[in-house]
Amino acid sequence: MAKPRKTSPRTPSSPQAAKPEIMSGAAVVLRALKDQGVEVVFGYPGGAVLPIYDEIFKQNAIRHILVRHEQAAVHAAEGYARSTGKVGCVLVTSGPGATNAVTGLTDALMDSIPIVCLTGQVATHLIGNDAFQEADTTGITRPCTKHNYLVKDAEKLAEVMHEAFYVARSGRPGPVVVDLPKDIQFADCPYTNAKDQEPKSYRPQVKGDDSAIEKAVELIAKAKRPVFYGGGGLINAGPKASKLFGELVRKTGYPATLTLMGLGAYPASDKQFLGMLGMHGTYEANLAMHDCDVMICIGARFDDRVTGSLAGFSPKSKKIHVDIDPSSINKNVVVDVPIVGDAATVLEQMLAVWKAKSYKPDEKAIASWWRQIDGWRSRKCLAFKPGSKEIKPQQAIQRLFEKTRDMDCYITTEVGQHQMWAAQYFGFDEPNRWMTSGGLGTMGYGFPSAMGVQIAHPDALVVDISGEASFMMNMQELSTMRQYNLPVKAFIINNQWMGMVRQWQELIHGKRYSESYSEALPDFVKLAEAFGGVGLRATKASELDDVIDEMIASPHPVIADILVTKEENCFPMIPSGRAHNEMILSPSDQEQQTITDKGMALV
Amino acid sequence: MISTNQPSARHTIAVLVANEPGVLARVIGLFSGRGYNIESLTVSEVDEVNARSRITIVTSGTPMVIEQIKAQLARLVPIYDVHDLTMEGPHVGREMALVKIRNAGEKRIEALRIADTFRARAIDSTLESFVFELTGDTGKIDAFIDLMISLGEVEVSRTGVVAIARGEHVQMPLVRKAKSTRRKTKKAAED
Ligand SMILES: Cc1ncc(C[n+]2csc(CCOP(=O)(O)OP(=O)(O)O)c2C)c(N)n1
Ligand SMILES: [Mg+2]
Repeated sequence: MAKPRKTSPRTPSSPQAAKPEIMSGAAVVLRALKDQGVEVVFGYPGGAVLPIYDEIFKQNAIRHILVRHEQAAVHAAEGYARSTGKVGCVLVTSGPGATNAVTGLTDALMDSIPIVCLTGQVATHLIGNDAFQEADTTGITRPCTKHNYLVKDAEKLAEVMHEAFYVARSGRPGPVVVDLPKDIQFADCPYTNAKDQEPKSYRPQVKGDDSAIEKAVELIAKAKRPVFYGGGGLINAGPKASKLFGELVRKTGYPATLTLMGLGAYPASDKQFLGMLGMHGTYEANLAMHDCDVMICIGARFDDRVTGSLAGFSPKSKKIHVDIDPSSINKNVVVDVPIVGDAATVLEQMLAVWKAKSYKPDEKAIASWWRQIDGWRSRKCLAFKPGSKEIKPQQAIQRLFEKTRDMDCYITTEVGQHQMWAAQYFGFDEPNRWMTSGGLGTMGYGFPSAMGVQIAHPDALVVDISGEASFMMNMQELSTMRQYNLPVKAFIINNQWMGMVRQWQELIHGKRYSESYSEALPDFVKLAEAFGGVGLRATKASELDDVIDEMIASPHPVIADILVTKEENCFPMIPSGRAHNEMILSPSDQEQQTITDKGMALV
Repeated sequence: MISTNQPSARHTIAVLVANEPGVLARVIGLFSGRGYNIESLTVSEVDEVNARSRITIVTSGTPMVIEQIKAQLARLVPIYDVHDLTMEGPHVGREMALVKIRNAGEKRIEALRIADTFRARAIDSTLESFVFELTGDTGKIDAFIDLMISLGEVEVSRTGVVAIARGEHVQMPLVRKAKSTRRKTKKAAED
């Protein structure tokens, strides 16, 4: 591991500024947030953070959004972060406030979303005493944060606050918890604006190794059956990374596929785009991955949803892997050219080499590769028959896409079939427009996340493509939306099943549908009304367009309850334990499918 | 963890960390959370000025797993440096053991004789027992303990491995820190 990092520790950055100002810990927290450019904090008060709430009361620079559950605060901050590229900020109380935030933190860790979550803590002298609303927050959140801090020393508070933001946004972004004992919030603390405070031990490598990049570009230039495979890292590296990725893809003329987290990094409407890859990816994307001779992976992590069976994964290819996190490289799949660095920087380096060496793709080979891909494309793996009476779930999403195409629109999702259909049928041409829980697969993510997106983009259309089961995991946020006039739209693909669970039970468990039926559903229209929003319903195909139009036009939070065909399955699908070239394309394929014992044990 | 057909090997890894609360929990949590194996782990402060500690971990795994362990360690925020002593060249690794043996008669004499060949010192004795102090590599200590077990009732306390690269040239920053601290502690001792 030749990693020339972390070698030159600097002396602790002593404040150049004259004398640090002395203020209360709570005031330091607010000042640090302000100096970090934080505009909005998603939070929920409680005893252990009252001094901070008191400071919030006294100022106007930072807006506080009062959520209805701490999990939602974190998801809202994630939506805010993912749609803006900024760090999302959360404030919760000790004990239950902190534990309620854990799912959101884990979600942000898995999807590399920059979050700073401030948690209240009992006073330092009470820590360890099972005090009222005490939880070992740093202990609980250690495995679900990128890093966490317990501030026991008032002198260090300002430094820790700034360092937390640095850690959250640098390198591979992630959630950071700062646990703040109540006595520290009251204590006199020195404040210095150490805005760009780098922790001495954390210096992620941004620039890629030149010789590795030359080797990679040569491989790319000589490829005969190449494929670009981009992921969420492209989004995290900022819009510039997506732009440069597009430039390289177009310069080479090679096909490109994206992971669930990467959607939008390359325009879905472009002819070089093969669609999403992986378990519910397109036939052409997965077969191109399987048969390619050079795979160029940028900011993706060979996740099990993407690779399918590792034994059968892209057996004939040389693999290039660009990632800012060295631990993502050679984790699941051994690659030929590993490059540690920031996606945008490395892409820039790659383009420079491509130009300097005047590389030209092998046109003949590439043309024949495209002919093969076009053959796969002609299978039209995403084709479906729109219902004339019943609404097909795919049809609902496709119509939503068509009607919002030219709008300033952001999409979030929950988890399940509707999420996969959204990924398949909603085309994203830009980064930061698509917010979904990929790594953790958290039902209840989409609705609060949409709230965070709407805060960041007040005039945009923000739609949570939801399932009826997932929606009920965080629907209390309707109340928040009402309070702040956030016109978020919940577009519920209501199949009255935990559809994805039902699909797996159908496929793997002999159609024994154990506990996967959505029983006793509320009347979603009345539910919306009860919270002061607008409720709409489409029960047949003829009503679909009108409901979508009405939803889009409404200046209020809307629940659109779209009753769809109940037992539709999500295709294509690579069954667990299978390789990319063993996809199921349709229900008739499914009948012949047997899952291996090993595959059964996989999630 | 992804299983591969590659053979598993033992590695000694030296890690320079910030000496702050929770850092050991982070390292141990990483190993337990990701299913890596810890054979031994030792830690002590090596730099009082900048508050840094050196952790020596002995672990085993396939080459891919060892690479993962190092990369996962390196990305922890309070970790400054990670060195795979096993990969980077010759190194020495030692541990110390305190071995108490309770026995009598002939066996007692035999225990003393064996201790002598192993250069173990008796640092406590009663009419029915000895406590031996022994340093060496893991193999030597294992061998000594095996012999003692055949001679009586045994209780053992081992430090786990501490290790350092061989050679006179002090090149790794990790070692440089340890050296400066050594100088400092010596001075402190003189005061
Ligand atoms: C918090 C949480 N609990 C359980 C699951 C497991 N799970 C995955 S999809 C799913 C069903 C989702 O149902 P619905 O929201 O109606 O979506 P559909 O699949 O029907 O589109 C469940 C229970 C999960 N992903 N997240
Ligand atoms: Mg459903």
